[in-house]
Amino acid sequence: MRAEERSGWLLSAPYAVFLLAFAAYPVFFALALVFMRWDLVTDPSFAGLDNLRLLATDTRFWRAVANTFVFLGIHLPLQVATALTLALALNRPLAFRAFWRAAFFLPVVISGAVVAILWNALYATDVGLINSLLARVGVSPVPWLTDPSLAMPAIAVMVTWKNVGFYVVIYLAGLQYIPRSCQEAIELDGATAWQRFRHLTLPLLLPQTILVVTLSTINGFQLFIEPYVMTGGGPLRRTFSVVLYMYTNAFSYQKMGYAATIGVALALIIGAVVAVQRRVMGKAEVL
Amino acid sequence: MRSLARAALYAGLTVAAVTFIYPFLWMASTTLKPPFEVGSLDLIPDRITLDNYRVMWGRAPFGRALANSVLVAGTITAAVLVLGSMTAYAMARLTFPGRRALNAATMAVLLVPGQLTLIPLYTLIVQLGWIDTYAALIVPYLFNTTAILMLRQFFLQIPQSLIDSARLDGMGELRILFTIFWPLARPPLAIVAIFTFMGSWNEVLWPLLVVREQQTMTLPQLLTVFMLGGGAGTLGVSLAASMVLVVPVVVAYMFLQRYFIESMAGAGVKG
Repeated sequence: MRAEERSGWLLSAPYAVFLLAFAAYPVFFALALVFMRWDLVTDPSFAGLDNLRLLATDTRFWRAVANTFVFLGIHLPLQVATALTLALALNRPLAFRAFWRAAFFLPVVISGAVVAILWNALYATDVGLINSLLARVGVSPVPWLTDPSLAMPAIAVMVTWKNVGFYVVIYLAGLQYIPRSCQEAIELDGATAWQRFRHLTLPLLLPQTILVVTLSTINGFQLFIEPYVMTGGGPLRRTFSVVLYMYTNAFSYQKMGYAATIGVALALIIGAVVAVQRRVMGKAEVL
Repeated sequence: MRSLARAALYAGLTVAAVTFIYPFLWMASTTLKPPFEVGSLDLIPDRITLDNYRVMWGRAPFGRALANSVLVAGTITAAVLVLGSMTAYAMARLTFPGRRALNAATMAVLLVPGQLTLIPLYTLIVQLGWIDTYAALIVPYLFNTTAILMLRQFFLQIPQSLIDSARLDGMGELRILFTIFWPLARPPLAIVAIFTFMGSWNEVLWPLLVVREQQTMTLPQLLTVFMLGGGAGTLGVSLAASMVLVVPVVVAYMFLQRYFIESMAGAGVKG
């Protein structure tokens, strides 16, 4: 018994030290930084509520939050619709199922930085692939990333494309648990394909849909490399994301207190948005 | 009618697959084209050239960045497997005071969003004097809570009799872990290895914060900096640089796609 205790301590001690240094300390220090002013060069000083006051009235921060909601407004419905459609297609008896699934999943394994660079080229106004394709059907070039009202939707479409394979896998896992007998029973009752989808498949997939929405929301609030590489947050700051603003405050302006405040606010906003989504979608279950 | 529906299904799947694959093929072929051909949609270049790769290699230390990426992702993956198993083994199979607290702390860590701790972690690295060092890129990732929980879950299912008889034979806990548990735990270890390596290989925000010297940059960071700094010049060159990052991953993915999908989807759901 003594030997087992000693081994237990020895084996878990490195992890305990790691947790203290790289998990517990940063959480508490984040909360402390909210009340501090620190440029990493001179000593930190007490800032009282300055950071919070600044945050409340900082139009650039709230612009970034609003941008994220624009992003989510397009990304969430698009992500759920495309993932669900592809998963339903893959759930039928198919030849080469593994190939289709692997094709849809391919962008998930590719670095976000590469996807951003690649889509920068695809979206280019003059020589971009998408506008070249559109030109073939007689559509004049669209300034995807330079039009303030188009840039964020364009990024939202790209992120949907990158992540959809991931969510297809989640939906496919859910579809496995819908018993064939249920399908056949309501088919015998004369339900049309749409009715089967609407009243059987969709409600039974609600847990997966909640998961997809939650994960895409969290992911959406982490938007960083896409605007960083593709637009620099422009045009007219319309693609400036919260994490990009936090990064800029820490890295370019050396404002650690304010950057940490943005981080804390972002964590609270994510928690609140996800909680609201779960409440709303949890209610849908009753309908 | 039925065969018509099937034809429509396959047509739809083909369009979808082309949408996901074609951009990457176009990227690969563009890197082999001379600049004046870049705007073309064709996948087969009229004239194949390696100029883009030559320019890319000459302008920034991509070879060094590739070595850095392999070093960083490799070390992190090895650490997450070895240290993570040791921790998971202790948490699953050994009774000691503090074990429950460690379990609770691990669950709590999963709930903390990364954005909250990003800035304090950065200031910690600055204070440790680790800016522009491999330590900054590696040490904060030595343990991975998702991996520990996954391995712990698996270790809980291994029969106690195996441990008991090994102890009677005089084996220590580390030997039990690495000679009895590890061979049984190959599937979860593979899953952990893939998502850990991929996460590290593709990570770019953290390196952008803690590394400024080109010599220490990992591939995705050097690629981003190279692209934004205008060093790339032409599209062909920046896509050529992207290929260095993508090709190893795609090759590994082609051989191990089932494990990749299981691993990366599973880790995302749990983490």
